[in-house]
Order: sequence, then C-alpha cells, then structure tokens
Amino acid sequence: MKSDMGSGKAIALHLVVIAGLFGLGFILPEYHHGVLARVMVLAVFAMGYNILFGYAGLLSLGHAMFFAVGLYGAGLTMIHLGWGAPAGFAAGVVAGAVLALGVGVLALRTTGVAFMIVTMMFSQVFYLLTLYFSAWTRGDEGLVIPQARRGLDLGAMRLDFTDPMTRYMLALGLFATVLLLTLGVARSGFGRVLVAIRENEERTKMLGYDTFANKLSAVVLSGTFCATAGAAYALLFGYVGSTFASVQYSIFPLLWVLLGGAATTLGPFLGTLFMYYVVDIASGYTSAYMLIVGLLLILLILYFPKGVLGTVRERWLRWLP
Amino acid sequence: MTPLLTTHGLSRDFGGLKAVDTVDFSLLPGEIRAIIGPNGAGKTTFVSLVCGRILPSAGRIVFDGRDITGLPAHKRVRLGIAYTFQITSVFARLSAYDNVALAFQRAQSGRSVHAGVMEALERTGLAGRAKETAGAMAYGHQRLLEVAMGLALKPRLLILDEPTQGLSDGEIAGFIALVREIARDATVLLIEHNMHVVMELAQRITVMEAGRILAEGTPQEIRDNVAVQEAYLGGAVEATS
Repeated sequence: MKSDMGSGKAIALHLVVIAGLFGLGFILPEYHHGVLARVMVLAVFAMGYNILFGYAGLLSLGHAMFFAVGLYGAGLTMIHLGWGAPAGFAAGVVAGAVLALGVGVLALRTTGVAFMIVTMMFSQVFYLLTLYFSAWTRGDEGLVIPQARRGLDLGAMRLDFTDPMTRYMLALGLFATVLLLTLGVARSGFGRVLVAIRENEERTKMLGYDTFANKLSAVVLSGTFCATAGAAYALLFGYVGSTFASVQYSIFPLLWVLLGGAATTLGPFLGTLFMYYVVDIASGYTSAYMLIVGLLLILLILYFPKGVLGTVRERWLRWLP
Repeated sequence: MTPLLTTHGLSRDFGGLKAVDTVDFSLLPGEIRAIIGPNGAGKTTFVSLVCGRILPSAGRIVFDGRDITGLPAHKRVRLGIAYTFQITSVFARLSAYDNVALAFQRAQSGRSVHAGVMEALERTGLAGRAKETAGAMAYGHQRLLEVAMGLALKPRLLILDEPTQGLSDGEIAGFIALVREIARDATVLLIEHNMHVVMELAQRITVMEAGRILAEGTPQEIRDNVAVQEAYLGGAVEATS
C-alpha cells in the first residue's frame, strides 16, 4: 500500500532533483553545463524507453527509430519546408506518436524474443530509409539546422536555442515535464495495470483488462516521449544524422535504464548521466575506453542487479517510485 | 426463473481428446453449484470455456440472455464473470493491496479505490495484511487473496476452481462461511474435490466424467445415484454421510 507519507516524500524528492538541476545551471563550469543539457535531453529518451521496458516489461530493440523520427520530423520540416522551431518540434512529436501507433499495432502481435526482433527490424528499416533518401537527409553526414532557425521570436525578445543558458533551461523544462509525467503514470491506475501485465498478463486479462490496448498505449506513450527527446535534440543541438537511427541508439536507452534501475522514475536519468561520464572520462585515458565501460557494467550488475535505484529501493527505500 | 448461464452442445477438443463433449448446462441466478468429477473429467476446461480463457470447438454459451461464445475473456469479466485460478496466480511481487486494487479500479471509478479495496480485504480477513508482498504470504492467505480479487470485481458469477486445495481444516471452515456470504449477492460455480465442502455448500451438484455430464441434482440425489457412486464417489459417501 502506498502510504500518503511515502507519496509526499516521493514528490518532494522529484522537486528537489529538479530544483538542484536548476541551481546547477548557474554554477557549473561551461563544459559540464553543456554535458548536463545533453544528458537531460537523452534522459528523456531513456524515460520514454523505461515506460515500455521498465513498467510494461516489453523489451524493444528498436527505440532508435522513435528518437530518430522526432529528430528528422523536426529537422527535415525546418530545413526543407522552412517551418519554424515550434512547428518543427510539433512535427517531430506527432511523427513519433504516429510511428509508434503503427509499429505497436504490428509488433504487439508478438512477445518476448520475437518482439525484440520485430522492433529491431522496423528500426533497421527506418535507419536504411534515412540512408536511402540521402538526397534529403544527407545520410551519415547529416544535416545541420542553421543557427538562425534555432530560436523563437517572442515579440521583441528572441529565445536563442544556441545560447548555453537558454539551451540548458529548455532541456531542464522538457526533462522536468517528462519526469513528472512519468511519476504520474507510475502512480496511476494505468501504471499499475502495466506492471500487472509485466508480472502476469494472463491474470491481468482475467481481471477484465484489454491487455493489448494497454500495451499499445504504453508503446505510443513511450514512442512519443522518445520522439520528443529527438525533436528537442534537433532544435537544441542542431545536428540531424542517421547515426541516431542506428542500432546502437536502440541499445543505449536499454543500458541507461538497466544501469539506473528499470521501473524507477529517476533511474533513467541517473543511468544516462553515469554512462555519459564514464565514457567521457575513460576515453580521456585510453582509446580502449569501451573495455573500461564494460568492466564497470559487469561490476554494477554484480552489486546492483536491479540497477542503482532499483537496488536502493529493494534494500532501503521502499517508498521510492 | 431465467438461467444466468446456459451452454448448448459445448465442446472442446485437444487433438483427438474430447476434453468437453457436447455439454448442455444451466445455472440459475443466486445458486451455489458445485462441479465434481474425477481428474481429467473436463471440469477446469469447462469453466475455462465459460470465462473465455479458451475458445470452444463447438457449441454456444449464453450469459444473462446474451450469446458470449465469441467474446474475449476481458469482456466477459466486464459482464460479470470472475474466475479465480486453480493454481494460485496472484501478482507475487505486488502487495496484497495492489493485487486487489487492480481488480477493483477498472470499473468502479465512482467509488474511492481505497475503500473498495479495504472492503474486499476485510471480507476475506486480510485487511491486516494489506501491505504484505503477495508472494511472501502463506499459501492459505494467497488463496484468500485470489478470492478477494474475485470479490473486488463485483461479479455476478464467481467461478472458484478448487479453492480449498491445500488449505487447513480451520481455513476450510472459514472459507465455507465466506462463500455462503458471497452467494448472497452473486452466483457461485465451484469446482471442488473436498466432498465435505461440496456437501456443505452446494445447492445442486453437477457430476462430470470424460467430458460429459454424468448426473445432476441435489446433494442428496447425487449421494443416492448409483452411477455416480460407481464412477467417482466410492468411499467418500460413507465418509461424509
């Protein structure tokens, strides 16, 4: 049973994290300031992945397509159709929702390993399309959204996304929104049904739930969050390339979520942050940095089998959402 | 009185095996009905056809005047058919409270989920264990939790598949009282091996053998039925009469 005290603590913790990140925006040195802005956007990608993998228990190996469809949805409309930043952003988000609905309807006919393969195949098709239509996407090389387009005119004032502070605060705003939405989902009846499907789908059906419809909602919500991260990435960092559609960008969110703790609200952010810095620091010492990353991952799995926050919740803080 | 549930020529084959073979069955509202029969008689397959976990090879199922033969399981639950599993099938990693809340929250948006959940837990005597993780509870309590989940669905027909299996004598006595209370506002269909429970609770008994209905009647009629004694009851009659 969720006691009221536990839920009060949980909400307070999330607000403290958001306030802490806001404060850091004013004191961090330039380099880490930039890193954290990027990590917050990528954490939105991870949080989207967590909805489907952590809560509903569906392991997708194709989430790169959702991030990338947001990225291209914003980038292509802005570059080729001359759309403004808000319209481009909206295009990315909507494209993500539509793609997730289509892929979900087809991929959810399968479960388990077949679901992993089917989502991966869809994602590979998307990746190959970004290469095939290189006349518009310029494939691997990618597109750069001109600096002049990455901003928003509000009357006399101009919001310039290339300005580090503006970029940081916009990333934080998006991160905070998706984090609180995830908390809302986790604590809602819908979240409880997703967990029930993960634990025992047959039983959930016999409680009167249309498990297909619930799983499809989870895919659409998950895909939309990931596409939102992609669209924001295009606007804030200005680069749109097919690398983001490649299979490694399907693996990353899985790793981030596993590291931080699946089905925890803050785990995806923690995992993304940790992984980013491990790669960053290790690559400063050796070109074989993936070896160090691999060793660290093994240690983490040994001592934190449910990810950092998942293990903390299991052993010490039962109220952690 | 119009029956709540009827089946017409209901059959289900598994390969060459006729697990349920042209069964015509009917159940009146408010009744407590027991289905008995030797292992492999088709009892669980029969109730699984009723609740939609498996689909029939032939025949029709009518619930409350509506043909539900092709309806998916979750929609039958919404019509008021609740099934509690033979093999305990609670959500092991969730709390008892969350287990019942899952059953309760879907249809009962008007009422507070908390009040409804606690009511179902109280009726099954589990209110003090709301916070316990379901998988860590004693077996008897997990069986009761199954029943609490069934109750929280506010069913019109509650199907209990061997609910007393593995319970102690004391727990069985409490269980009999609970089913009597449930039957005041729901129809109960009970698969049960324990003849004491069957004779105590059932108003009518259906005996199945090899996928067919062998006999049907009041507990007294079933006790006196020679064919039933030969097929199934044997020494059990002496033991309970």
